[in-house]
Amino acid sequence: MRMLEGEKVTKYFGGLAAVSEVDFYVEKGEIFGLIGPNGAGKTTLFNLISGAFTPKSGVIKFKDKKISGLKPYKICRMGMARTFQEVKIFTNMPAIQNVALGALFGTPKSLSPAKATKEAGELLDFVGFSVPQDVPAGGLTLVNQKRVEVARALATKADMVLLDELMAGLTPTETAEAMELVTRIRDRGVTVFMIEHVMKAIMGVCDRIMVLHHGEKIADGTPQEIAASKKVIEVYLGE
Amino acid sequence: MPESVITILDLAIGGLLLGAIYALIAMGLSLQYGVARVLNIAHGEFIMIGAFATYTLYTVFGINPLLTLVIVGPIIFVIGFLLHRTMFRRLSITAPTPDAYEASSLLATFGLLFIIQNLALIGWGATPRAYSYLNFGVNIGGAVFTANRLVILGFAVAIGVGFYLFLIRTRMGKAIRAAAQDAKTAGLMGVNINLVLAICFGLGAVLAAVAGTLMSMRISLTPTIGLNYTVISIIIIVLGGLGSIPGSFIGGFILGIIGTVVTYYNPSLSLAAYYFIFVMLLLVRPKGIFGK
Amino acid sequence: MDISVFGSRKLWVAGLALLILVALATLPFYGSLYMTILMTAILMYIIITVSWVIFSGPSGYLSLASAAFFGIGIYASAILLPTTGAVLPVLVVVLIAGALSFVVAVLVGFLTLRLRGIYFAIFTFGLVELIKQFLLFWEFEVTHTRGRYVLLVDSRTIFYIMLGIFVALILTAYFIRNSKFGLALRSIGENEEAAAHSGVNVTMVKVITFGISAVFMGAAGATIAMRWTYIDPYIAFNSLFSFLPVLMAIFGGLGQFYGPVIGAAIFAYLEETLLTKFPYYYMLIFGCVLVGTMLFMPFGFTGLIQKGWRRLIGGQHADA
Repeated sequence: MRMLEGEKVTKYFGGLAAVSEVDFYVEKGEIFGLIGPNGAGKTTLFNLISGAFTPKSGVIKFKDKKISGLKPYKICRMGMARTFQEVKIFTNMPAIQNVALGALFGTPKSLSPAKATKEAGELLDFVGFSVPQDVPAGGLTLVNQKRVEVARALATKADMVLLDELMAGLTPTETAEAMELVTRIRDRGVTVFMIEHVMKAIMGVCDRIMVLHHGEKIADGTPQEIAASKKVIEVYLGE
Repeated sequence: MPESVITILDLAIGGLLLGAIYALIAMGLSLQYGVARVLNIAHGEFIMIGAFATYTLYTVFGINPLLTLVIVGPIIFVIGFLLHRTMFRRLSITAPTPDAYEASSLLATFGLLFIIQNLALIGWGATPRAYSYLNFGVNIGGAVFTANRLVILGFAVAIGVGFYLFLIRTRMGKAIRAAAQDAKTAGLMGVNINLVLAICFGLGAVLAAVAGTLMSMRISLTPTIGLNYTVISIIIIVLGGLGSIPGSFIGGFILGIIGTVVTYYNPSLSLAAYYFIFVMLLLVRPKGIFGK
Repeated sequence: MDISVFGSRKLWVAGLALLILVALATLPFYGSLYMTILMTAILMYIIITVSWVIFSGPSGYLSLASAAFFGIGIYASAILLPTTGAVLPVLVVVLIAGALSFVVAVLVGFLTLRLRGIYFAIFTFGLVELIKQFLLFWEFEVTHTRGRYVLLVDSRTIFYIMLGIFVALILTAYFIRNSKFGLALRSIGENEEAAAHSGVNVTMVKVITFGISAVFMGAAGATIAMRWTYIDPYIAFNSLFSFLPVLMAIFGGLGQFYGPVIGAAIFAYLEETLLTKFPYYYMLIFGCVLVGTMLFMPFGFTGLIQKGWRRLIGGQHADA
């Protein structure tokens, strides 16, 4: 089943088309990748999907229900969560409370605070959080902050997560761990849609990939097809 | 001339006059908020000071109000310039984010409001004052219009045009327009941004004072009139689009014409009309006409 | 963390609070009339400040509407308690005032809280003027009166009502802090976009919090109006009450909870001495204090309010 579908999704900022007539779909249980040069419109597309922006035209459907135009909190409760390029955590709250927040507010049916905290703890372990769980999130290293964000997204009992440049700023070891985490997330039954710049990561982990350039989709297919595509190579000028 | 045509002409002149005054005030605030990023809640107080200075110079020293324009203008400019240089500059340095700067500068101008208004109350007292200047009729084609209205309209338009030419033709004007678009980049491109911001603030204050001087010929003055004009100029800059100087110019005329027409039917309703427009704006199109 | 130490600290604070409450409640019996009146004013300033902080602190939205809600409360008293004998019991009037303020706040909130903070600041600032002009128009055109005379209520009753509002406010703030709602509110202040994407209905939380903060301001206004003989739109809607809470909250950010309390005490005293004799000098000093405070704030405004909010309301964690 198609978990997420977008048809002719378009968004303008001023006179400029940030995203232009983009069609895409993500199958349930896939790891779907989104790549493209800076400014291609990748994060804008995520913002359109998660409800931060409303498309000018086009439709986005999640689990066959139209979500374009809905507020972010509604989309979250329907089962879609995301992380952000500039890690958005609650700096003055303990890590575990950050995650518990997702469990408290983002789930289709609300949880008790005790249960939410318990699940938060388990999720922090799942993502490989490596320091005491009550440390204020602002004092964490980047990789642990990203883990908190991912755990928070999972805490909402999401059926699909949007990961925006999870690997940005990570060391090679951390990147490998992150790749492995993405696979484990999928194995849990959560569909993954990820934006990445780190080619090795995305080629290694994704089932299918879509390429955006200047807001338009220029290619989509398996990693092999993308790697062989002349158009993509031109656009990236040999990454 | 038939009665109805005179009424229409009267309304037209009134609308243009009010529009021109509003345009001046709004452009002033737009310079301060759009470029220097200071929402000057004390803007109306500069209008009031301009008005009172004119009143005092005329009634005590017999100085022609139109001459006061050139006296008060530079003084207010220096005051506004120095205010920015000292107070707002310091606030922008200590603020952690641009939003924090907007908030703290807004609050600082709130404090200024109280200082200026109460100094005026101490100095001039609360009783309304007025003076009479060019208060005779001018006969144009059978219709009679008050001379000072025509003079105010003429001067307001002249100042507006002068300001426009300044923005378009001079180097400083171009620097200001660049800074209005993107202050940081303008600074990187070699514009002395601190100087430009301070100048903008000073110019904004001058436009207010000039409007006050012109208005003082026709209205009754108390030190509390400022707040009303501040709110009106805020509505105009939202209407025109926050940060857009041409927007505030056009917005000023729109509100001036609407205000004049509404006043013709019921004077107490004009402010209600402005607020109605404000609420509609926020509901339907918050970014206004030319907003980003 | 040693739990027993933590427990006894909580007990200590609760005990102190109870002591203060008892001391206040019995004030009219051992204190002079002047002290009762002064204390009423101090409580009023604290109520306005804490109400303001409840919303503007965590949300980061600068509200300049305090004078509007305060004024609505004052006018509710003016309309519902005419000199020709009270139609409604005094307490009911206060409740109505609070409810009215809530409704207005929620309307304004829905209109402006979905926009950028500057629109909110602008509109709340204009709201005071808007309501004032509307009432002036109403009185001029419709009722052909100017201002209203209020039934005077005795100072002791006024004091107890104000104390009641104060206690209700503190209890509300406590419950907000310890509830899921309070957590949502804090998350909005920390990072609104992350909160929205984590399932928090940010608009609803902001609007309701704004409404709650307005309730207490309206109630306080209705109460203090019973001490004034004559009310007109100029008296009721004074921008001073929009920036007073901001100023006192800024002091609160510097120190402990005592900041706003000390600030309130000073302002109340100044009001009693200066306001009637030299109103202009009073407001002039005010303006200078505000400007001076803004200039010499080491951390800038928002950070301070956030810190003040966390100190005021506390938290279940170590303060970063």
